[in-house]
Formats: sequence, structure tokens, C-alpha cells
Amino acid sequence: MGIAIALAGNPNSGKTTLFNVLTGARQHVGNYPGVTVEKKQGRCVSGIDEFHVVDLPGTYSLSAYSLEEVVARDFIVKEQPAMVVNIVDASNLERNLYLTLQFMEMGISVCIALNMMDVAKKRGIDIDIAKLSSLLRLPVVPMVARTGKGRDDLLKTVADHAKTRTKSLKISYGRDIDEALDEMVEKISSEHFLTDRYLPRWVALKYLENDVQILEMGKEQNPQMDAWLSSVARKLTHHLDTTLDTHPEGMIADQRYGFITSILKQGVMTCTRNKNRIETSDKIDKIVTHRFLGPMLMVAVLMGLYQFTFTYSAVPVGWCEDFFGWLAGRVDGLLSDGLLKSLVISGIIDGVGGVLGFVPLILFMFLGISFLEDTGYLARMAFMLDRIFRLFGLHGASVMAFIVSGGIAGGCAVPGVMAARTLKSPKERLATLLTVPFMNCGAKLPVYALLVAAFFSENQARVMFIITLISWVGALLVAKLLRSTVIQGPATPFVMELPPYRLPTFKGLAIHTWERTWQYIKKAGTVILGISIILWAMMTFPRLDTATMADPAPAGTQQAAAWQTGEEQVDPAAAALRHSIAGRMGTALEPVTRLAGFDWQTNIALVGGFAAKEVVVSTLGTAYSLGNVDPEDAGSLSERLQSAPGWGPITAFSLILFTIFYSPCFVAVVCIAKEAGSWKWGVFSMAFNTLLALGVSIAFFQTATWVMS
Amino acid sequence: MPYIQLRQMQVDQTGTIAGIKARGELGTRLRDMGLVPGKEIRIQGKAPLYDPVSLRIMGFTLTLRNNEADHILVEVN
Repeated sequence: MGIAIALAGNPNSGKTTLFNVLTGARQHVGNYPGVTVEKKQGRCVSGIDEFHVVDLPGTYSLSAYSLEEVVARDFIVKEQPAMVVNIVDASNLERNLYLTLQFMEMGISVCIALNMMDVAKKRGIDIDIAKLSSLLRLPVVPMVARTGKGRDDLLKTVADHAKTRTKSLKISYGRDIDEALDEMVEKISSEHFLTDRYLPRWVALKYLENDVQILEMGKEQNPQMDAWLSSVARKLTHHLDTTLDTHPEGMIADQRYGFITSILKQGVMTCTRNKNRIETSDKIDKIVTHRFLGPMLMVAVLMGLYQFTFTYSAVPVGWCEDFFGWLAGRVDGLLSDGLLKSLVISGIIDGVGGVLGFVPLILFMFLGISFLEDTGYLARMAFMLDRIFRLFGLHGASVMAFIVSGGIAGGCAVPGVMAARTLKSPKERLATLLTVPFMNCGAKLPVYALLVAAFFSENQARVMFIITLISWVGALLVAKLLRSTVIQGPATPFVMELPPYRLPTFKGLAIHTWERTWQYIKKAGTVILGISIILWAMMTFPRLDTATMADPAPAGTQQAAAWQTGEEQVDPAAAALRHSIAGRMGTALEPVTRLAGFDWQTNIALVGGFAAKEVVVSTLGTAYSLGNVDPEDAGSLSERLQSAPGWGPITAFSLILFTIFYSPCFVAVVCIAKEAGSWKWGVFSMAFNTLLALGVSIAFFQTATWVMS
Repeated sequence: MPYIQLRQMQVDQTGTIAGIKARGELGTRLRDMGLVPGKEIRIQGKAPLYDPVSLRIMGFTLTLRNNEADHILVEVN
């Protein structure tokens, strides 16, 4: 099993870099049980010792306000690692030690990996390591994680100290709090209140800090103790409020910082320069976040990211398509016509091909975004755009997901949904996940192209621009709606660090990108293959038997009869499609969709669009008896629609509106469910978006028809 | 020296934090990030729409929204 160590530290302190240096490629990514917080584990060997490393989420503190913090402290309490390796940024020692202190208060053995010694030195910060170690009474190992310097020292130190039990740190919080703490600790110890897991003093502190998780746990274990502790906390709060105009939470934090300052002042840290002086990073920021230059540069960067993701990935995407095309061709030759062949080609190969077709896209997108994130530019974008996105209950960092999803027409909601991972605030993140599918992804474009070419040929560019505008405004308004209803709640505090600009390491980028891509293949792959087969079945069964094939009269509703007489000659593929479950759904829904101007053929196409939006075009082709229509070249379908009864600019635009807003394709739905951590949100996005789309289309169609008449 | 709200500070102005008025999650977050009384700050810049604001504290850069900055009292130099 080896020595179990947990890696903890602030975001931007080089924690991921250290993890990569320790474990190399031998890492495994998963989730902490029951939550969407990512859990990375790996093994490493040094000398005779073997280590099992778990990367805890990056946090600034150990409060109960964020999922990451709860996950980090729960892991330590439940899994009892032999040692917490706390990575501390030497160039930012004061704030980084705030987390260290909280680990020490929990009574766990901690070892400090003092990272970025090179940066600290460059900034004129000199740290007396021996002194820091003796004052905090824990091992401190200087290192430079980027270059791997100090790795072996760190592992040796961990191996040496892992067995020794450290005494927990007791900070004095001033007379009032200390007295209350002593009183509480005595009773907690004698009643063994939560002491199977936590130190008595820590439990008492958490009651004073009003920590939701511990309060809940306490209430469950011993309601009387909980009530008594809460009353002590309340009394103290009232006392501090009236005498000092403060409260225990604030006072405790202030004293922790006071403790750190007192340690650093004892000759641990000497700065030869002013700490808040202007660094190179700040000079770059003067330009990058400049009032006018900043936004211009941002547009250029976003366009660049977009080009990078969608242009350069086109080649490998093409290879994927060619490969699956070739495979389908082989199967076509090998199997005789029939159900099995149809299942293998339309169900399995198209399904798997659909999933893998996204892989190059995701790879490139994550490479681009990881680069922007690791350099520190992403935080600057969030900073510049926050004012606008906040109006709609989102966060400045939401922009990335919107752009990748097709904020610039032609993106893809699948990598877009995954790009929302860069968002740390849970409510804002969920609202982003649910609204990015309204953007115009590359698969919706053939649908627009078909309709625009057929009905708005004079104003193509203008209509396309209006479509982009509608999807942005729609997405932002829906975000606002969601944030004031189902995802209600105050904005998560924005307080965010602008990390200094850094050049990302190639290794870091490669590992990160591969990890994400592999996760997608693994997780989405299985589910998506299943759904793909179900969709195939829906468009195939029940089948017309050979007798009806020869005389393709679908089992007789009146509508069907009317439809049949309307057509001089019925194409067997169209008849079979109509006879299938999807076809019946399309027909059954016609009374409702009529209000939006859609006939049953359009309905079937829209059902097919759930597989992938461009399928709308090919399915329309089949339903209008044109045989196979290539989505890239739909000229004949365009002409057919122009002459079809019931079609006109109003119907066409109504369908465009519906396409913008209705259910994301099932690959995106699977991703939303995975990212949101619950299938509930996947189903929600399907149902809500479709109803919204129907509402918008009906409203438009009815108004437009009324105005025109 | 007068106390003013952090929101009212100009770019490049310096001062010392005198008090944090926020409680609950926001109060904790502000303190977690090092915004505690006695710390020196310098306003670094403002976003193109004048909100959020970025500031230097303890040698690193932090950003917060104006409505969050309202909870921070600063003794300006």
C-alpha cells in the first residue's frame, strides 16, 4: 500500500505541478464519492519507499462554504492519510500559511513543501527555512516544483516524519474567545461529542465559526450538546458584537493572520523590497486589462482560441470521419441487407463515430483553454467581463463556455459544457451549463443554411447575424430566469486571485489535456452508444412488413390517408420512417406543432436532431421523400421546401427559432448530466429547452401570421 | 486619517484595512483571501466597466466586485 499522503494547497501555488512531478504519468482521475469534485491519485517511488498520493482540491481555507473545502477536510478526517503535504507558495507566504494553520488546528501531521523558491528570490524575499520549521514545529522542504528541484528531499522528509504524531496547534484568539473555547472543550471532551472524528477544540472552534456541516453533524449526534454549544456561541457573538463591533468568525480569522504575522516577523521572512511594488506581471496587466486595449485583445484571443479549436481540429476530425466511413463501407459489403446491418451501421458505427468525432475537438479545446488558464489570462478575462455577465446571474469566467459552444457561430456545446469547469462558483456554473446549448454550434449551421438559402436568399448575412444575436440574448435571459427561479440564490462571492503570469509547462498541458479527453471518451462513450442504439430503434421500429412495403399505406389514421392522397408516389424510406416510433411521435405531435407551423415531417426531423442537429437536414430529406440528403449540400431539399405546402419565410424562421432553443443533442445532454453531477439536470435541459423552444416558435409564428394577414 | 469604503479608492491609492463589515460567507471569503484589518493595500486597477476592482495585498493581486468592496473600510494614506 505504501505511505498515504494528501497534497493540499492554495490554487495557483503549483499543486498540480507538484503532483505531476511526484507521480509522473502514473495517475488516475476520478471523482470524490457523490460529488463532482475531481479526485486525482497516483503512486510514486523514492528509494525503498512507496507513496500513494491523493491530490486534494485547491482551497484557500477549510470553511464549509464550498464543496472543495468540505471535500478536502472530509477526506483527511475519513481517510486519515499519514501526512498532509501542504504546498506553500514562498512568494506568497503570508496568505498561504493561513491554510497550513487550519490543518495544524485539526491536529494532522503536516509537512510544508515550500514551492517557488526561485520566484521568491527574484522578488527579493528571503526565507529562513530552519526558523520557519522550528517556529511552526513541522518539517519544511524548499523546492521548485516546475523543475522538480527538491522532489527527493520532500519524499525523504515525508517518509521520515510520517509516523510521528504532531501536537495540534493552539492559537490564542483573545480572552473572550479563549474562555468560551475552554468551557466548550471541557464539556465536549467529557461528553465525547464528535470526538471519534475531530479534536474537541476544533469542534468548539467550528461552533463559534458557525460551520454548517459541523452544526448539522452535532445536531444529529447529540441535540442537547448542540443546543448548549450553540447557546455559548450565540452569547459570545452577542458579547463581541456589542463590545467590539465584531463577531467570532471575523475575530478568529484576524487572530490566525496575527499569528502568522508574528511568526514571519521573528526573522523568518525578510523582504528587501516593498511587497506591494509593481512587478512585471502588473506591468503586463496595465495593458492586458486596459480600458480599451484590454477588450480588443480579448476579442483577438477568443478568436484565436476559436480558430485553434475548430480549424486545426478539422484535419483529425476528418480522419475520424473517413475511418468510420471506411468501416461502414466494409460492413456494408460484409453483411447482407437487413436489420443487423442497419443496427451495426446506423446504430453502432454512427453512434461511436459520433462520440469519437468530438475527441479531436475536445483535445484542442482543452489544450487552448489549459494554456489560457495556466498562463493566468483566463482570470483576467473573468475580471474584465464579470460586470456584464453578473447582470444575468453568471460569472465573468462563463464567457469561455459560451464562446466554445458557438458564441461565435460554429462551435460545439460538448466541449463548451466541459469548458464550464473553469468556473468555481456552483450556481453560476450550473446556470452556464444549462444555457450554453443555445449557442449556434456547428451542427445547427447546416439547418440554418438550408432554411436561409431557401427563404431568405437576399439577406443571408443579415439573417445569420440576427440568429447569432437571438441565441446570445436568449441564453443570457434564460440564465437570468434560471438564476431567479430554479437556481436561485445570492451571487457566490467573486473575490478572486489574479495569479502572476506564468509560462505553462508542456508536460502540465499535455497531462491535463489528455486527462480531460480520456474522461470524455470513457464516461460519455458508454452512455452515448446506448442512446444512439435507442434512437436508431426509434427510427426503425416498428417496421413495415413486405406486404405494406409494396403498397406503403401506413396503418390508417385519417391524417395518414390524407397525406397519402396528397402524394402521387410514396417513397418506401419515407413510409418506413413515418411508420416508426419516431414517425408516430411526429404525427401525434402535429396538432401542437401546427401552432408553430411545423408539419409531421418537420417533427420527425426534429426528433432525429436529438441525435445530432445536422440530422435534421438529412431526416427532412427522407421525410420529404428525397432519399439520402447530404447536409453539406442540400440544394435539392431547399427547392423542395420552397414549393412544399405550408412552407414560407414565417415557417422557416419559426423552425430556426426552434432549432436555436430546443433540447441539446444527446451527447451534450449526457455531458450536462455528468458535469452537473445529476441526471436531473440533463433531463431538465431536454424538457425545459424543448418547451421554451415551442413557446418561442408558437409565439413568433402566431404573431407573424397575424401581422402578415 | 479618514476611513473610506474601498470602492471609493482611486487607482494607485494606498491604505491600510481598518475593518471588514461583511459576515457569513462573504465575510469568511474576504478574510480567507487575506483581507483582514492591519494589512496594507494598493489599488491596482479597475475593469473596463469600472467593476470589479483589483488590488495588491501581501504581495499578490486580488479582485473583488464593487458591492463586495463596500464592506471593507480603509484608512487611506
